[in-house]
Formats: sequence, C-alpha cells, structure tokens
Amino acid sequence: MTVIPSIKRDYLSKLAEQGKRADGRKFDEYRKIEIETGVVSKAEGSARVKIGNTQVLVGIKMDVGEPYPDSPESGVLTTAAELVPLASPDFEAGPPDADSIELARVVDRGVRESGVVDLEKLCIEPEKVWIIFIDIHILDHDGNLFDAASLASLAALFTAKIPAKRFELGEKDYPLPLKDPPISCTSVKYNGVVVLDPSLDEDQIAEARLTVATDKSGDIRAMQKGLSGSFTKEEIKKVIKASIDNGEEIRKILDRSIGK
Amino acid sequence: MKSDIKLIDSHGKRLDGRKPDELRKIKIEAGVLHRADGSCYLEWGGNKVLAAVYGPREAIPKHTQNPLKAIVNARYNMAAFSVEDRKRPGPDRRSREISKVISEALEKIVLTEKFPRAAIDVNIEVLDAEAGTRCAGLTAAGVALADAGIPMRDIPVACAAGKIDGQVVLDLGKEEDNFGDADLPVAISPRTGEILLLQMDGHLTLKEFDKALDMATNGCNIVSDLQKKAIMDKYKSVLEVE
Amino acid sequence: MSEEKREIVIPSQFLGDAKTDKAGRGTFIEDGKIYSERLGVLNKNSGYINVIPLKGRYDPVEGDFVIGIVEEASTSSWLVDINAPYPALLHVNEVPWDVDFGETEKYLKHGDSIMAKILQVDVSKKIQITLKDHNLYKIKGGHIIYVEPSKVPRVIGKKGSMISLLKKYTRCRIFVGQNGRIWIDGDDEGIAKVLHTIRKIEDEALSYGLTDRIENLLKKDAKDVR
Repeated sequence: MTVIPSIKRDYLSKLAEQGKRADGRKFDEYRKIEIETGVVSKAEGSARVKIGNTQVLVGIKMDVGEPYPDSPESGVLTTAAELVPLASPDFEAGPPDADSIELARVVDRGVRESGVVDLEKLCIEPEKVWIIFIDIHILDHDGNLFDAASLASLAALFTAKIPAKRFELGEKDYPLPLKDPPISCTSVKYNGVVVLDPSLDEDQIAEARLTVATDKSGDIRAMQKGLSGSFTKEEIKKVIKASIDNGEEIRKILDRSIGK
Repeated sequence: MKSDIKLIDSHGKRLDGRKPDELRKIKIEAGVLHRADGSCYLEWGGNKVLAAVYGPREAIPKHTQNPLKAIVNARYNMAAFSVEDRKRPGPDRRSREISKVISEALEKIVLTEKFPRAAIDVNIEVLDAEAGTRCAGLTAAGVALADAGIPMRDIPVACAAGKIDGQVVLDLGKEEDNFGDADLPVAISPRTGEILLLQMDGHLTLKEFDKALDMATNGCNIVSDLQKKAIMDKYKSVLEVE
Repeated sequence: MSEEKREIVIPSQFLGDAKTDKAGRGTFIEDGKIYSERLGVLNKNSGYINVIPLKGRYDPVEGDFVIGIVEEASTSSWLVDINAPYPALLHVNEVPWDVDFGETEKYLKHGDSIMAKILQVDVSKKIQITLKDHNLYKIKGGHIIYVEPSKVPRVIGKKGSMISLLKKYTRCRIFVGQNGRIWIDGDDEGIAKVLHTIRKIEDEALSYGLTDRIENLLKKDAKDVR
C-alpha cells in the first residue's frame, strides 16, 4: 500500500481552509467528463467514461433465465465490479474485496432500485425472463470511481440492445425499457471541508464519503455514506444541493453521448 | 465441432476476405494509462486488450522473492463482457495457464538480474475477444514493458498460425479458431528469432508444422515493427518544440 | 553552442560495435554488438555509448539525496519508502538524535517525510539511508510532488540552472530528491507557480531551449503580477 505523506495531507487541509483545492477547482466543480459508447463489440451495451484521468469501462451482457422466486414476472439485474490490478498499484488480484462490492452495490442501487430499468417489461413468459449483467471494469483509478462507474453503467444501459435475434425471441434486437435515470454525485470530506468529485489525493486523505443520486425532478433516489468519518446535517444538505445542481449538468453530457 | 462452413475457397480467400498469409488489422497505442508505470492499448482484428506494467516493485508476499533476480508476474484476465456468453469474473483454469506461459516468456526477455527480490507485475485485460487473445495480450505486454522503462533484451511479440480446411494460414480469426484443424500461437524475441512461447493444439504433419512456424514467425516480425512504431510515436513528440 | 540532436532509442536497438565503441549505462553486449536495454535517449560521451532512461522506477545509488516517507517504526530502526522497488532501512545510529530503545516512534512515525542520503546499497539491493549530514532532516510543512526520476536532471538543470530559476522567481524553497520526489515550501502562489512550471518541464523535458523558455515564462508571470 502506498504511504500518504502527512505533509500532503497537511497541505491539502491548509488549502481547504482557504477555500482552495490542489488542482485549482472550486469545491463543487467536476473535472472534465468524457463518455464513449459502443466500445465493446461482444457486449450488448458498453460505455467508457473518463472523469479527469479516471477511466471506467462498463459492459452489459444479457441472458435468458429464471426470475427471482419473489418476483416471478420481473427481469433480473445484477451488478458486479472488478477493481483489476491494472488500474492502480494498490489493487490486488483476487476475489472481490469489500471496496469492489460496495462500489457494485451502490451503482446497482442507483440503477435498479431507482427503477431506471423497467424490469416488469423484461418478462418473456412465466418463469422465463431477461437477465441483465452490468460488469464494471476499472481501468485507471485517479479518484472518484463511484461516479465514473455509475455514469458508464447508465451510458451502457441506454445504448444497449436486447439480443432477441441471438436468442431466437424476435426478429430484431431492440433497446431496453428505460426511464429517466438518476445521476450519482460523490463528495468527500477532509479537514472539515466537503468537496465534489474527489481527485486521487483527496480520495486518499478522505475521512468520509457521500454519494447522492438525484433525478430530473431534483428528488433523491439513492444515497451511500462511506468511510469512518462523519457528516453534519448541514453538510449533508449542502452535498444534496450540489449533487442536484451538478446532476443536471452531467445529465446533459449523458444525453448527448447516448444521442438524445 | 466441425461444421459445413468452407473456411477458405479455391482461390485462397478466407471468410473475412484475407489471403492465407495476411494479418488482421492491428492498431497499437503506447502509454495510455495514468497510474500504471507503463501501458499499451492494442486492437487486433476484433480483439481489444489493455496491458499495464507496475514495477519493479517489492515482491509480495515475501516468500515469492528471489534473492537473485526479479520475478515477472503476468496476469491475463478476460472481462466478463468480452465474450459472447458472459464469463464469470475471476481467473479460470484457462486464464491461469495463459498467465503462466506469458510470465515465463517475459521472464526470459526481461533483464531480471538487475532487480533482485523485486517483482514486475504485468496485467493484461481482454476487453473484447476474437481469437488470438493471448498473442494480442503478450504483444501489448511487450509494449507496456518498454513504456515502463523496464530493461529488456528485446521487445517480445506474438502471433499465431493455424490450419483451416487442410491449408496452413496466418492469424486465425473467430470461425477459423472454432472450426479449424490446428492452432499454433508463438512468441519470439524478434532480434534473435528465439522462441519464448509455443503452444499447439489440433493436428499438423511435420511439414505443415514447419510452414506454420515460419508463417507465425514472419507474422511476429511484421507486428514487431508495429510495436516499435507505437513506442516511437508516443515519445517522438516530446522532442518537438512548439 | 548548438545542442546535439537527441535520438530516442528502444530496447534491442543496435547502437554500435563492441570493437570500436565502449558499452556504457543502459546498454548490453551480445555477440560483440552493443544494444540498448531500455527506452531512452542515446548519449555518446568519451567513447562510451550510453542510453539515458526516459522512464523507469528509481534505482538507488549510494550518495544520492532522496525524499523518503516513513512506513513503519521498529524498535531500533525505521522502514522508509524511497520510491524504489525496495523500502530502505534507517537505523537509529544514522539519525542526529539520541533515540532510546523502543522510542523510535517519538522521532519518526508512519507518514513523516525526511530528506535522506543513500548510505549503502548491497548486492541483493538492500538499502540503507542516513540522516547524518548537515543538509538532512525531518521535513515540516510545504508540499511534496512526484516526477519521473528520469526527469530529475531536467528539473535541476545544468549545474542547477533550472532549479535556481525556479527558486529565484517563486521565492520558494525547493528540494529535489533523485528519487523523483520534490519538496516545495513558500506562499501559496509561489507553490502553485512551482507546481505548474515543473509539470511544464516534465512535458517538455526533451525539447531544446527549455531553460530559456522557462525563464521567459517565469519572468513574464512576475511582470504580470506587478
């Protein structure tokens, strides 16, 4: 594990006291976001997202199978994340650790429980439904994996095609039944300040992390607080407001990339 | 499983229009990742692979350290979405075998005696797969190692030959790999011609093997030029003044 | 004086004959021929053919000044990360303080940064560093950044010309470790200017006339402020 020099921590904290960040951004400013879709030919849907230097690739694979017993007429959606050693000197090969599981489940919450995918429309016949696999592959970790992964998952879903032809369930492949997506925004707290879209340095010295997914109407659809520090109620409200504001801008970038 | 597909016609034209000794389209880019010490993105036909090198760095766990030289850990991994039928994440037996033969090929070429007790970690991620992923992966790893400044005797490169409908051809494509008669992936040190990796499955007569090995080695030399160009393209620009 | 044309070479590139030339650093000999062993810049000097690496981790050399980050404190030594493939050992005998047995943590703990010197590198690359030199100490304040070790000579410049420019125009204290770590201290504006300039030096490390361009850039900024 790379050791973070305490001088770096002190320097970032000192800057924070003056309302500054090491890379010159404002506290609620995102780095440059780039989205590219349709990048993996074998996948039913795919997208590569860059936020600054952070790069995440998401592939959507689909299969036909049995529904969950408690929702026999709903399709199935499952999300997994691989923090492959390629992406960071600190990632180790091996089964998913708590970090990759948390990442997958937070993205999943923003996508499935918010109802972005209309799973009811994915029932083919009794006991036979479409199964959607969202696989998050981290390529380059330079801070804020949560937002890059969520955005890539959405871009991949919105450009995915159900492989009806290959499964002999239709004449043409067609898009997934989707609703307006919530956009996920992540903040971290260090030395009493809260910043949006943490850089790698800020991620490494973060005491607490908060991800908020908001929809087009400004309502909250998912939240996750991580790490062992704490937030005050006021800080949480500020983060929600910043997430709603930035969510709107990011939604425009997403819409452009999926051709809306 | 044999099928009735004719893989090569009487004029020597293959399913994708290639001639028997023609390579698929290859695109190589060096230094594409921010965190890795060295990296390479490579497209080969329908294959898309990403290779990253970290090191030399401390070999962990300590018991894997070799007091005389660095160990080279190549890890070949296929993304779940890289194949037609989703692959469960994590190494399977095939990935582990490929990782092993690639590690061994790279160990021969890297000047490992310069870094006793260290490890050079080579990570190969297959993002989109279409026959010949191990050759694409090793080729990308060679560029990533050079990009990382790792001292080497040569830049390793790999290419496969095979047999389809009784004819020896270069660089098998998807259907050719599935329905062909033999597959021979080979990795060499282009400067000396030494063979670093060699595997074969299928059925070849001695004469066919000689022809296939020649073809694969020629293919390697062509790809080697592309690797070198990719590295020079990346670094030449730093010499220019605005 | 015009600069020699810089040529980039790659591993396995043929550089010369061992009969007529001498193989310098970054090269290897096979069958009487000299080849480059890594990605670097060709450098011919006093009959030697050398390859100056363009990239690569720091390879510790005795006598180098480095910036280390303490990983852990043991009973009579510390393990220090010097950005090499191996952590370095700092023994209690090699620090200017009188450390009682088991009291190491009081002086240096995990995350502390130090300016140290490489004391010894043995055959199996075990590294020992020291703080016993008038220029060496535990670092307080400021900021630490990282550049490719191969670019350090450019940041320092010929006879320290580049770093003197930086110090002069930003009024910052700057210490460049051979291991690619750079410590900067000064006012916020100064530090920001140093950071920006060093990134520029990194990007254009191989280009010609860099020192003059950087000087002009720094002069211009200083004038704008006034």
